[in-house]
Amino acid sequence: NGSKWDLNLGLLVHRRVCYLLGSCHVVTTVFPSALFSFLSVQTFDKILIANRGEIACRVMKTCKKMGIKTVAVHSDVDANAVHVKMADEAVCVGPAPTSKSYLNMDAIMNAIRQTGAQAVHPGYGFLSENKEFAKRLAAEGVSFIGPDTHAIQAMGDKIESKLIAKAAKVNTIPGFDGVVKDADEAVRIANEIGYPVMIKASAGGGGKGMRIAWNDEETREGFRFSSQEAASSFGDDRLLIEKFIDNPRHIEIQVLADKHGNALWLNERECSIQRRNQKVVEEAPSTFLDPETRRAMGEQAVSLAKAVNYSSAGTVEFLVDSRKNFYFLEMNTRLQVEHPITECITGLDLVQQMIRIAKGFPLQHTQAEIPINGWAIESRVYAEDPYKSFGLPSIGRLSQYQEPLNLHNVRVDSGIEEGSDISIYYDPMISKLVTYGATRAEALKKMEDALDNYVIRGVTHNIPLLREIIVHPRFISGDISTKFLPEVYPEGFKGHQLTATGRKELLATAASLFVAAQLRAQKFLGDLRVSNTQQERRSWELCVELEKGVHMLGVSRSGATYTVEIDGDKLEVSSDWNLASPLLTVTLNGIHRTLQCLSRNAAGEISLQYLGTTFKLRVLSKLAAALSVHMPEKVPEDTSSILRSPMPGTVVAVSVKAGDTVAEGQEICVIEAMKMQNSMTAAKTAKVRSVHCKPGETVGEGDLLVELE
Amino acid sequence: MAALAAVRRCRVLLHGAVKSSFRGSPSQPRSYSAGRLSVQERIERKRQAALVGGGQKRIDAQHGRGKLTARERVALLLDPDSFVEYDAFVEHRCSDFGMEADHNKFPGDSVVTGQGRINGRLVYVFSQDFTVFGGSLSGAHAQKICKIMDQAMLVGAPVIGLNDSGGARIQEGVESLAGYADIFLRNVMASGVVPQISLIMGPCAGGAVYSPALTDFTFMVKDTSYLFITGPDVVKSVTNEDVTQEELGGAKTHTAVSGVAHKAFENDIDALLNLREFFNFLPLSNKDPSPVTECHDPSDRLVPGLDTLVPLESTKAYDMLDVIHSIVDERDFFEIMPNYAKNIVVGFARMNGRTVGIVGNQPKVASGCLDINSSVKGARFVRFCDAFNVPIITFVDVPGFLPGTAQEYGGIIRHGAKLLYAFAEATVPKITIITRKAYGGAYDVMSSKHLRGDVNYAWPSAEVAVMGAKGAVQIIFRGKNNQADAEAEYVEKFANPFPAAVRGFVDDIVVPSTTRRRICRDLEVLATKKQTNPWKKHANVPLAGKKGRGRR
Repeated sequence: NGSKWDLNLGLLVHRRVCYLLGSCHVVTTVFPSALFSFLSVQTFDKILIANRGEIACRVMKTCKKMGIKTVAVHSDVDANAVHVKMADEAVCVGPAPTSKSYLNMDAIMNAIRQTGAQAVHPGYGFLSENKEFAKRLAAEGVSFIGPDTHAIQAMGDKIESKLIAKAAKVNTIPGFDGVVKDADEAVRIANEIGYPVMIKASAGGGGKGMRIAWNDEETREGFRFSSQEAASSFGDDRLLIEKFIDNPRHIEIQVLADKHGNALWLNERECSIQRRNQKVVEEAPSTFLDPETRRAMGEQAVSLAKAVNYSSAGTVEFLVDSRKNFYFLEMNTRLQVEHPITECITGLDLVQQMIRIAKGFPLQHTQAEIPINGWAIESRVYAEDPYKSFGLPSIGRLSQYQEPLNLHNVRVDSGIEEGSDISIYYDPMISKLVTYGATRAEALKKMEDALDNYVIRGVTHNIPLLREIIVHPRFISGDISTKFLPEVYPEGFKGHQLTATGRKELLATAASLFVAAQLRAQKFLGDLRVSNTQQERRSWELCVELEKGVHMLGVSRSGATYTVEIDGDKLEVSSDWNLASPLLTVTLNGIHRTLQCLSRNAAGEISLQYLGTTFKLRVLSKLAAALSVHMPEKVPEDTSSILRSPMPGTVVAVSVKAGDTVAEGQEICVIEAMKMQNSMTAAKTAKVRSVHCKPGETVGEGDLLVELE
Repeated sequence: MAALAAVRRCRVLLHGAVKSSFRGSPSQPRSYSAGRLSVQERIERKRQAALVGGGQKRIDAQHGRGKLTARERVALLLDPDSFVEYDAFVEHRCSDFGMEADHNKFPGDSVVTGQGRINGRLVYVFSQDFTVFGGSLSGAHAQKICKIMDQAMLVGAPVIGLNDSGGARIQEGVESLAGYADIFLRNVMASGVVPQISLIMGPCAGGAVYSPALTDFTFMVKDTSYLFITGPDVVKSVTNEDVTQEELGGAKTHTAVSGVAHKAFENDIDALLNLREFFNFLPLSNKDPSPVTECHDPSDRLVPGLDTLVPLESTKAYDMLDVIHSIVDERDFFEIMPNYAKNIVVGFARMNGRTVGIVGNQPKVASGCLDINSSVKGARFVRFCDAFNVPIITFVDVPGFLPGTAQEYGGIIRHGAKLLYAFAEATVPKITIITRKAYGGAYDVMSSKHLRGDVNYAWPSAEVAVMGAKGAVQIIFRGKNNQADAEAEYVEKFANPFPAAVRGFVDDIVVPSTTRRRICRDLEVLATKKQTNPWKKHANVPLAGKKGRGRR
């Protein structure tokens, strides 16, 4: 009772690739053998996706194309989630905390039995690399869409995986860990490894007491310091001498292996742009690899996969130094978050391949048939505040949400929609935004447009940071490493820094928007009582505040075009001036720009998102500006650190304790009043100073509940 | 009578202030002889004198307090060059206490009056001038205000008062009191005929407070405006309470505690710019339709976020403002009394360009129950909308009236009746959407079909019932054991929109995301609605009494 690929779909080969990009605008060359994948291939009738969010949706999309029925599992708070709506069936597997739902194997096994799913796709995270889960599935005769337990286990262990890699002739970071007799021995070891080397006490954790040596001299010195430190601080003489990888890049190879001993490498993904070891921007291919290095890395990745009898899609991660030496880091035995960029440049649907492989089909392609077509970039769009440590999670409800799918060559993998909640329980990723182009420059330009057109309201997001990274000269030239963010923003990310031209563009846009809104406010339809004697204004003198600077602007109008004079310069601003649209598409002296108007009020305050960053402006008439000198300065009262009960009621739950760090909007406690539960949330991200209530307690209106620092 | 007593008390309070204000410098020589100057020159000099009010020194002092002058305020409020001033030559007629001296005469006296335009639409304005005798109200001052109010009534245009006055002109005695009464009478006569708005931009004490209290909307400026019957000194001497001016009658007190003011703004400029925006929502008079402005937001826009907004657990809260913002044009909602009785949300918005009044229970605050304050807040707003042809859209999620001695002793019965009365009496188009709970008497009150709701919708999450399942089961199955089963049965029966829908008490069960589209279409249909109440001299709305927290 296998299902069949839809024949119509199969015949239009390029449409499959188009699907990979979310919309039908990419035409990549697709090799003839790909055609076979669409012809009556029996896989599964029904697959359960043991995951949530974007990856669950991503897997379901392919299942639908393949005519496979899908089963979603969800926690109770996810009952309305997109992946649940998308699935043919859905089973609730427990309450919100992941340990009780998405990691609850018993409940998921029950869901499988209950729905009769023949296979499980685990996505990434959760149970995707859990050998216990894979075992339990096998025991019940359910296919696990991923590698077998042996491979999961072997690659899951850091030490074992390195040993296997070494045996499979994969480059590992050369090093020595043990007692070093004297400086001469240290130099000998260093020369064996090859400079530069890193010397430190084995017992010292992390980078503590780490010294870098680039020659024999420095090795001797490093030996002296480190051995002293090892003896005095740790009472442990052992030293670690390891190859030091300067400016390391994180480049990974996608592999695909079947159950018949065949394996392919699907080129690399460059994932060096990271913060706190989490990837932010990825691209395929890498600007850094030459064909030889690529082939060498690919062949080593394939040999590692073969060494563990790997089947399914997997990823071999490498560190690459500035001289293109590469070293094995680890192997991920699952579908990676950033797999779409590989799909874009190879034209393969990795989920489809995984399903086929899990059913036992051999690979459809030979290594020679794996192309690099064009360039793909992925930005991970997160609900987080990029101004704090390059990203601290934020939560909230997506009051407005619009993906830039109106643009060609843009793919958005997401599992949320307008109205969705980004909750504290799960990963704060909003989506993966993928752009594609024939060249890297094209893909990057597309990414700029896509980020500018991406409407996200209700939660703080990291688009300001993404938008800055992709236009940074170092990123554009490909001069990146895993230290990119701390190196480029040593003081932390501060948003886009306006150039003189940029400032003028922004001022002119704000002033024109202000005038457009003023004019619209006079348009009463069918009202005979509006003055006929008042002349329609043609010119305005405005005062615009931006980043503490005050600018006098002259604005004159002709149709939908405004001419704005700033410091002797003239800018022509035209637009359709749709005041309801969150997007503001303007032409500034002939240059098209998409800005976003985040807010606009009667007092002349306008928030504009320009080049990703939000700028606050204030536009006043000349008169109002002149009079504003008399207005008193006000020091805003800070009430954000005190949480009081807004009503009398009973404390049902207290979710924090003194010393905890809470994120803005995070639930602090729940007060029940009139049989309604009211969630009290933190007004800012801070540490909890003290908690003044406990569950079961009755509180009055205005009672102090929690103090923050 | 209470008002008059209050006026007397305020005279005590203000005596010092007013006295000191004419001990101040005679700003410029005002003595001239008729013979030496031509009439033309005299006109010019008077006009110039009128423009500087109490003189540069007092203007500087006014600025020093973070306040603008009466004329600066008018200039910001109205369209450029649209102000037409009346009575710039009027002077006070007091001849006691040295008031007859030339240096105590100011052309225009202590108020600037006239008419002008806000976004092209006519408005009458008076702006009290604190630089002239502390803005105190003389007979002439009152007469100027009455003149523009009379004219506003004749042509049917709103009146905006910018209040900044120390109180009665004590030197004038009863003439000043008569002036107040003349204004009060006009406030009452104009009520329901033309919109009246007060913006308190300085002190407003004693009898003077009753004019704003009689107008439709009272706005305040934070930190620089005060409203009270008697000031802190009198309070101290009478009740021995220590209270600051700000605590007693500042913007925060009146927008959050007393409910006297409808909204407060940061400063003069902020307030005046917001007032322009607010004015655009209002019809010019009770003979004018609700205004329609150019709208860029498609009337058939779907709002997908609404389909998942109401939580699955009926005890969980959500923000009714999320519903309102996403349904109305351009997320533009001018909330009235945002900091008072937050368990009900009221304010103005537009649907397909047309001004509507929005009333919504707020599940986020006190579960959205109706209590004394929220009933009064809602009732007043509904009556304004009905008086001025503004359609009312009501979002219902109400678990009932708030129980308890505080509420009962405070008279929740008669206060709740005000809201019921207001909805029942209203003849403007009324559209109601039950988003979740509509329990008990509160269901009836909230613009139900039975109170002549024109279009009543229920979302699939709606539950129309006498009370929540638990309470109902305890009554129906008192003493029985299988309460849980009974509860489940009750939920199955009543915790859904069907009981109301099968009886026609709701016209349709609508998909939440289509709500905007439905409302826009209905408003188009209802634009020609004509409904009249039986002839009466006037109705007898259950007014009465002080609010809840009275001493026993």
